[in-house]
This record gives sequence, C-alpha cells and structure tokens, in this order.
Amino acid sequence: MDEFDEELDTSGLTCPMPILKAKKAISSLLAGQILRVIATDPGSLKDFQAFAKQTGHELLEAREDNQIFYYLLKKREP
Amino acid sequence: MAKKKLAIIASRGTLDWAYPPLILASTAAALDYEVRIFFTLYGLKLLEKKLDLRVSSLGNPAMRTSLPIMMRTLPGMEMLTTQIMKGKMKKKGVVDVEELRGLCIEAEVQMIACQMTIDLFEFKRTNLIDHAKSGGAATFLEFAGMSDVNLFM
Repeated sequence: MDEFDEELDTSGLTCPMPILKAKKAISSLLAGQILRVIATDPGSLKDFQAFAKQTGHELLEAREDNQIFYYLLKKREP
Repeated sequence: MAKKKLAIIASRGTLDWAYPPLILASTAAALDYEVRIFFTLYGLKLLEKKLDLRVSSLGNPAMRTSLPIMMRTLPGMEMLTTQIMKGKMKKKGVVDVEELRGLCIEAEVQMIACQMTIDLFEFKRTNLIDHAKSGGAATFLEFAGMSDVNLFM
C-alpha cells in the first residue's frame, strides 16, 4: 500500500480538472507531504509529468491499473 | 525564478469556443504562470454574469451531425444543438463553463474586457463580471510584449 498524506479522487473528470484539483489539494499540504491522485483521464499521464516538471513538485509514482491512473506527488520546498 | 507569462486573446463567444481560452488559462495558472486574457468581439460573451452560450451546426461543417443543411436553418435548431452538446459534456465529465471561469478567477487570471467592443455592441458594464477590467489594445500589448506565450483564439 502506498503511503500518502492526502488523497484526491478525480475519477470521471476530464482535462483540465484533474490538474486544477491537484494544484489546489497540494497547496494545502506542507512541504514534503505526499498527495495521491486518482484519475480516469488517459491524458492525465502526460499532464501530471508536465505539471511536476513545471511546478517543481516531485512525481514519485505514476502508474496505470485497469484504466485507472494513480499519481504520487511530493510537495516541493517553498 | 521569474514567473512565465501567458497572454490570450479570446474573440469567440460560442459554447465550444469558450473552453480553449479558459482551459489553457486555468491550467497555466496551476503551472504557476501569470495569465491575462483579453476578451474582444464575441469573446466578451464569456464575461457576462449570466452566461448564455450556444453552439450551432450552421456554418460549422466540422460538427458531426446527420442533419441536412436545410434542416439546420430551422427555428430552434440552435437550442437543440446546444442542449445535445451540454448533455454530452456532462456525460463525459467536462467541467461547466461557469465553474471553469470561476476557477480562473480564483487562480488570479486577469481578465480584460475590450472597451471598444463594449461600446460597439452596447454591452452593459454592470452585466459583466466585476473581476474583468476594461481596457484597450495598448493595455493588452503591454503584458503580451513580456509574455512567453501569446495565443489568439
């Protein structure tokens, strides 16, 4: 089982909602804490990589299991 | 690191075309961009407090429909096409335009309402959302000139 501090389920939502909701959710975390995001949008795989690259939050894991995507984002230092 | 900047000109006011500027603006803001949108011509419809956005298959040959051209001109067809589109969006989990606009505002996307268009089409300033500030081409260009990405839609 993955370890995380907060979980966000964006199942059923399309672009850009998973990213917008993830941005909000990660804002309320402390540096170093981990957000798990669940998504069904197939485009989210590339989007979360770009999100991490651009914002500096670390994408610890991105995996697909039966058309459901799971992401672990670690909040960056301020 | 200086923030990246995105400048968008939104010139269209149909239900479908409401999405590209608002999706890119909200996403860019989530990616820590500073964003400004200049709403001009029909784009100003996207700033009305009470949104009434429609889509038409008339003059839109790319829209998949089996309706012959003559049928598309009938009264009520625009309403019907809009309802079908809205139903499809809801089913597929596409966010509502008003909610998306709210997320842009929350993310501090700056919105400029083209003053010339307000005068030309006699928009009432009080019918537009308070978040939008009116301005002209020079107002927009000042920011656009410093932007990393400039888009016209």
